[in-house]
Amino acid sequence: MTEQAVEAPSFTPPTRFAVPGRIAVSNRAAALWQTATLTEIRRETPHAATYRFAVPAWAGHLPGQHLMLRLTAEDGYVAQRHYSIASAPDDAGHIELTLDHVEGGEVSGWFHTVAQPGDEVEVRGPLSGFFAWPGDRPALLIGAGSGVVPLMSMVRHHRAQGLSVPLRLLVSARSPEELIYAGEFGAETTPVFTRRAPQGAPVGRMAAAHVAPLLAEQPPGGWEAYVCGSNAFAEHASRLLVAAGQPVERIRIERFG
Amino acid sequence: MNVTRGFTGRPRAHNAGLPPGQYDAGDDWPVLSAEVTPELSPAEWTFRVDGLVEEPHTWDWDEAHALPGSVYEGDIHCVTSWSKFGVRFGGVSLDAFLDVVRPHGSATHVVAYSHTGYTTNLPLADVTGGKAWIAWEFDGKPLSPEHGGPARLLVPHLYFWKSAKWIAGLRLLDQDEPGFWEQNGYHARGNPWEEQRYSGD
Repeated sequence: MTEQAVEAPSFTPPTRFAVPGRIAVSNRAAALWQTATLTEIRRETPHAATYRFAVPAWAGHLPGQHLMLRLTAEDGYVAQRHYSIASAPDDAGHIELTLDHVEGGEVSGWFHTVAQPGDEVEVRGPLSGFFAWPGDRPALLIGAGSGVVPLMSMVRHHRAQGLSVPLRLLVSARSPEELIYAGEFGAETTPVFTRRAPQGAPVGRMAAAHVAPLLAEQPPGGWEAYVCGSNAFAEHASRLLVAAGQPVERIRIERFG
Repeated sequence: MNVTRGFTGRPRAHNAGLPPGQYDAGDDWPVLSAEVTPELSPAEWTFRVDGLVEEPHTWDWDEAHALPGSVYEGDIHCVTSWSKFGVRFGGVSLDAFLDVVRPHGSATHVVAYSHTGYTTNLPLADVTGGKAWIAWEFDGKPLSPEHGGPARLLVPHLYFWKSAKWIAGLRLLDQDEPGFWEQNGYHARGNPWEEQRYSGD
């Protein structure tokens, strides 16, 4: 570096910045399509399954990041979709995705009805640092349905690394059978059931009463909130957080389109 | 070409309006904001253009609506791979705002920013000459908050993250300066026809 080195300009608008990015993204990794070989399929719920892939040159990722996946038909037709990564980063050379079987979905439909271990698809990533959680700040995670997928990567990372930074997960599902990763949750997780609950548990949508106790126990420096799910759920959950006093600039939202 | 065993894809007619790697979302219009949807009324909304201009100016709702109206009818393309055909937005051409502030000859780029603080960068040439709008209507109705209402930037020939929701202003610069998604690995320009999704594409 010399005296001529110029500071990169940065225009900050006269507003509270929405949410700053968290990490620099490797452009090289994001630009490359790699072959991912399906090694295992695990049923999670009647509508969701986890697909494990070997990706030998996978550059690693941070919990919360996603990738782009592409399928190619005989005639050259290509379908590509963004999927959140479910596995923790330290799963050397392997990644896992958990996919809902979307009505009429050409990509999720192929996975749920055709895919077998040994099949090859293509992926590029990891992508986007915005929803990433490096494990550095207390994390308050709120998800619904398959919105729990990137949040589970965070929970798994927290456990695998034995992190002491506070982490809480509020997860909403229609019924116990539809709760993805039900067998993996521990004391960090509070499930909310909207249509049918286990014996003795209440039924109803996520409410202020679920969020308030978490915001009452503020960790040092406050929570970094991560919300993931359908747009309707994301709107609802983010309003609950704001109403409970969580600053808007510390709420990151990933809406499943 | 790496053909995926047993993948045929959905029935499709060749659609010349579909950029590479996109699919037709039909009647769906997914919402993909990264931040909390702001509660912003038309009475509170303002739009400012400043930076390398002769006369920086801030419009309120009524003053912006007094400018000549302009409609965009066509398609929009989101980087997450959906495209939406035959949409109709109503608002005002960005040219009408720029005519008032008179850009300096040195201006080459803009940073568009939202009332939330979201930012995105664009070459000036991508938002002039009838290619960009400030839009407040969709299908003849007020634009809903989750889609950027009361008013959003509309730059339909680029991926839709460039069309900043809840638009608050544009700053004209003499250099490119990455915005929110651009700092998070997305492409500086985002041209769907060149499939410029991520840095390095």
